[in-house]
Amino acid sequence: MTVRTWIALLGALVLAAWAARALRHRAARSAAGRRFFRHPTAAWGIRVLAFFIVVAIAAPLVAPFGWVDQPDIVRLQNQPPSWTFLLGTDVYSRDLWSRIVFGTRISLIVGALGMLVAITLGTVVGAVAGYYRRWVDTVLMRGVDVGLALPRIFVLLMAVALWDGLPLGLIVLLIGATSWFGTSRLVRAEVLSVRERDFVSAARALGAGPARVIFRHVLPNAAAPIIVSAALGIGNVLLLEAALSFLGIGVPPPVPSWGNMIADGAPYLATAPWTTLFPGLAIALVVMALNAVGDALRDAFDPREEAT
Amino acid sequence: MTEPLLRVRDLKTYFVTEHGSGTARAVDGVSFDLYPGETLGIVGESGCGKTVTSLSILRLVPEPPGHIRPGSLIEFEGRNLLTLAPPDLRAIRGNQIAMIFQEPMTSLNPVFTVGDQIAEAAIIHQRLSRKAARARAIEMLQLVGIPDPAERVDHYPHQLSGGMRQRVMIAMALVCHPKVLIADEPTTALDVTIQAQILELLDRLQVELGMAVVLITHDLGIVAGHADRVVVMYAGQVVETAPTTALFDRPLHPYTEGLMAAVPRIDTPRSRLQAIPGQVPAATAWPSGCRFHPRCPHAWAKCAVDEPPLLDEGGGEGGGGGGETHAARCWLVQEPARRRHEP
Repeated sequence: MTVRTWIALLGALVLAAWAARALRHRAARSAAGRRFFRHPTAAWGIRVLAFFIVVAIAAPLVAPFGWVDQPDIVRLQNQPPSWTFLLGTDVYSRDLWSRIVFGTRISLIVGALGMLVAITLGTVVGAVAGYYRRWVDTVLMRGVDVGLALPRIFVLLMAVALWDGLPLGLIVLLIGATSWFGTSRLVRAEVLSVRERDFVSAARALGAGPARVIFRHVLPNAAAPIIVSAALGIGNVLLLEAALSFLGIGVPPPVPSWGNMIADGAPYLATAPWTTLFPGLAIALVVMALNAVGDALRDAFDPREEAT
Repeated sequence: MTEPLLRVRDLKTYFVTEHGSGTARAVDGVSFDLYPGETLGIVGESGCGKTVTSLSILRLVPEPPGHIRPGSLIEFEGRNLLTLAPPDLRAIRGNQIAMIFQEPMTSLNPVFTVGDQIAEAAIIHQRLSRKAARARAIEMLQLVGIPDPAERVDHYPHQLSGGMRQRVMIAMALVCHPKVLIADEPTTALDVTIQAQILELLDRLQVELGMAVVLITHDLGIVAGHADRVVVMYAGQVVETAPTTALFDRPLHPYTEGLMAAVPRIDTPRSRLQAIPGQVPAATAWPSGCRFHPRCPHAWAKCAVDEPPLLDEGGGEGGGGGGETHAARCWLVQEPARRRHEP
């Protein structure tokens, strides 16, 4: 670690704390915002997420080495944490801290994009099924049942077996395409209830077509559970990506993701536990933060909480 | 005589109930005409089919469980709305025929500003730009008498009172200057002073914009004050149709008489109001013959067997129910001697 990276790391911490504070100030203006921060873990979730996001953005500043730099492949294998290598080195003598920092980019992007794909698919399918009902609903929801019944790790394994060396973009798409079933059910249930409300008839009486009614009138009123499901879902996608990378079919090395870092370190679990411990901690931290934020969001969107 | 703007003939809207208890014939052969610029009042008790009739005109009846039976006709400017393709129908909704709903509290979308909602029809039908639409929304708010329209345009529905929201609903419906406005109990959810304001507003706008209004209500007082002609509905049918003054002077149908007797009057002191005995029967099982006969004080054997057609004052079949005719679905029109006079 150089002085520059220490300063950058400190800067990242300060920036994250400041961002979390600013967010809290803004949130305090609305009742929903106050409900959100009433959750004791929500503020910590926001801080952790803010920290990782800042680190991901400022990765080249915070990381003392590049993610493929091998300072000394012979003498610096599996070094324990030290002042030079903050979290130690892996079997190729690469700096773990730097790889975790760059891995943050990959993991967060895969998580966010995968969830975006899943939420989009789930919302569209759920909204169409809930709005049109009848046979459209039956066909789509039976499809969803099938999707839920298939263990998705095997679906993904099959895809990997069919195409050699999947590019990262395709992996994200595949993860998204196998994660939307739960969301679509949620959205369908919500749409079924919102579509019966008077303002939906009013919109139709104004001459609004089905697309306009669904996207402008029904979905915005069903947004709360979708957002909560997205926040909780990113954690799941992150875990799925880690699992896939661990199995060697996710993010292709040498690009670091937290999952394939654990896979790289697994054979040396007994002699160099830091090589698996720290990426594992990063995953656990971010997933816990996302879950805390998701839970707090759920309460924030539920005005009935106010009474208690 | 001018051509009617809207012709409804033999409209039948049935609902299939889920648990096999049969078909609810909510609207069962309704016919009426609406002429340009007039106000047609539709009155009746809850459950008589008023609202379903109005929803049927714009084909807003939820399908399933509802459906409009083949053979029904709803003709607007010579086009049958019931056979129109969905895009053509949407071009009429909100543009030529607009509707105001009963509940101003729930008929506005809580997540959009009132300005966005007023402008929506103009954006859909006239493809206005966002800026022009906003200006139009402010103009409409001014028209329906909301103070500070430039500020109110950015408010959300929950920031407005019930009367204000109903004004916003009216602004939404009128933004494209429709030829027909269907107002389904526009004042039921409001208190009496606001009611009067809203109805006056509707009267004023009707004159300014020259539109025809279908005013649906259960309140005979509103009909007396604001409608040119009245259609009285009972059990999914039109039981009496007449110009307003004729209806209040000489009601022909015992049901209409019953409704009038149930309204408190300021000019004839009376200790108790007369209620019509019994309740509206279930739409899944209308009575045989005249549907009103189980509750009718004058009913005789024929009433339970033969269903009367709409009979005009002369005793002939009134049929269409347009124009100045005064007709009732009652055998008493042909046999006035059967009328029983109470002691």
